Amino acid sequence: MTLTVNDLRVEFDGFVAIDGVSLTLEPGRLHFLIGPNGAGKTTLVDALTGLATGSGEARYRTRDLLGLASHTITRLGVGRTFQTATVFEELSVLQNLDIAAGVHRPRWRLMLPRRGTPERVAEALETVGLTALADRPAGVLSHGQKQWLEIGMLLVQNSAVMLLDEPVAGMSAEEREETGELLRRISPERTVVVIEHDMDFVRRFADVVTVLHAGKVIAEGSAAEIREDAEVQRVYLGDTVADMTETRAEESA
Amino acid sequence: MKTSKIKHSSPYAGWLLLAIALLVLAPAVLSDFRLGLLAKYCCYAIAAVGIGLAWGRGGMLVLGQGLYFGLGAYAMAMHLKLADAGPGGVPDFMALYGDAAVPWWWEPLRSGAVAVVVILVLPVIVAGLLGLAVFKRRIKGAYFAILSQALAAAFAILLIGQVKTTGGANGLNNFQGFFGYALFDPANKRMLYFVAAGILLVSILAMAWLHRSRFGELLVAVRDGEERVRFLGTDPANVKLAAYVVAAVLASVGGALFVPIAGIVSPDDVGVVASIGLLAGVALGGRASLLGPAVGALLVGYAETSLSEAFPGSWSYFQGALFVLVILLLPGGLAQLVGMAKRTVAHRERPALEEAAAR
Repeated sequence: MTLTVNDLRVEFDGFVAIDGVSLTLEPGRLHFLIGPNGAGKTTLVDALTGLATGSGEARYRTRDLLGLASHTITRLGVGRTFQTATVFEELSVLQNLDIAAGVHRPRWRLMLPRRGTPERVAEALETVGLTALADRPAGVLSHGQKQWLEIGMLLVQNSAVMLLDEPVAGMSAEEREETGELLRRISPERTVVVIEHDMDFVRRFADVVTVLHAGKVIAEGSAAEIREDAEVQRVYLGDTVADMTETRAEESA
Repeated sequence: MKTSKIKHSSPYAGWLLLAIALLVLAPAVLSDFRLGLLAKYCCYAIAAVGIGLAWGRGGMLVLGQGLYFGLGAYAMAMHLKLADAGPGGVPDFMALYGDAAVPWWWEPLRSGAVAVVVILVLPVIVAGLLGLAVFKRRIKGAYFAILSQALAAAFAILLIGQVKTTGGANGLNNFQGFFGYALFDPANKRMLYFVAAGILLVSILAMAWLHRSRFGELLVAVRDGEERVRFLGTDPANVKLAAYVVAAVLASVGGALFVPIAGIVSPDDVGVVASIGLLAGVALGGRASLLGPAVGALLVGYAETSLSEAFPGSWSYFQGALFVLVILLLPGGLAQLVGMAKRTVAHRERPALEEAAAR
């Protein structure tokens, strides 16, 4: 399902975090959002999911997402994850996913206990590779597994649009690889948008890259095109050489 | 490899023990006087079960449950006063303080059926409106706790101010009958004990169901990650509201039963001190566990009576010390001790089992 962002602006007390961004997020391809720190990547996702107030338009199906409550946006099929994986640590992996499946159930069914594993939940467990850990409390999962659980929760919700905020940050090289493969597996039927800092990861998995800088889109295209773009080189090499080396250091760590 | 797994350990064994203790053991060994006291603790425990849901499972620190305890208690007390006065009669204290006329808002409570409906529905309305206003505005944590406590305080002050219609600081007392049963008859007092203990046991069973239901899982999810729940397509305000309303109804039922059992209700039973007293048992027993709140409330009630008998006027020090000890040493309450004991036993048994399996 296509999500069309038109001239989005987000302001915090006079500070313009997003300054007239227009974007078309289409299904079937892995769309990456990159940009230096403070470019407005997370704010953009916040505005699309009801966490930040923005002006402009974010058209999804027949609705404008701006101004809707977060839980309504989720129910429409636009889901997100957070930079720090937030799962319910005292509940099991299965319970976490089952709560996400609640969007498909009538409210009165809340009064009944869960029996067995709903089909949708079993499929998601299989897709994100957590079937063997279904009965573990989510709190004991590794950092990477928590991110997969979050992606699993979006799968269970059947989100048509998935906005993932730095899903591979802090992951080991193997976990990154597996996450990349996972994103490839789920992207054909969905609109998957990934905020990312790790340029190697972007190069390996991105179908489309949008570069944000100071609240504006400065370039869009394939990973190769982006690398050749003069404006992007200026932003990354000119202002943020330190930033890049920092990223490198994190990667090798 | 870790083997920590979440499973629902059967809560029914503990419930059965409690049921036997309350319904068989206690009536057999306790004097009528002590049984009457236990009945009173059962009323507190019913309110505590609701606090366990709202606070333990839902993370809402309900510091003012005396408000709902009081709504139920006063509704019941007003009905008993009117029933004592007979058809068209005026309760004794009104003749004493006021103009010997029954106010319009007392009249409906002449009917026992109306009184029961008020006891069950009024807390739903009050907690529902209050909860909507508070949770939709995302007021939580200490702000919610202070707000709820202030309401209990305001309710107590309001009652004291209305001497002519509420009995003021003296409250309502000197009840003769309870739905046609004479309250001075020891047999009827025993019956009231069984009613209170029975309702307590049923409300714990209802909690067991709620804990196991999807609602129970969702409530814990809201407690541990309210913001995250929004992005799972559920407004956490509705989940909290439901738990808060259930807790209010249980407090109201506990309050209603308290009146014929204690023979009095006064602003002291609904104010800040009483509200914190309700909380003490829940903290001691283990707020998130199924049996903890009820067992804790029974124990605190018993401790309050026996310590007050042994050291008059000292209870508030003991209560303060209890809070400090539980918060510092045993945040999970007595339920945490039980859990630790179970795990120790399991660890002792496991090597033996593994040995047996290896053979």
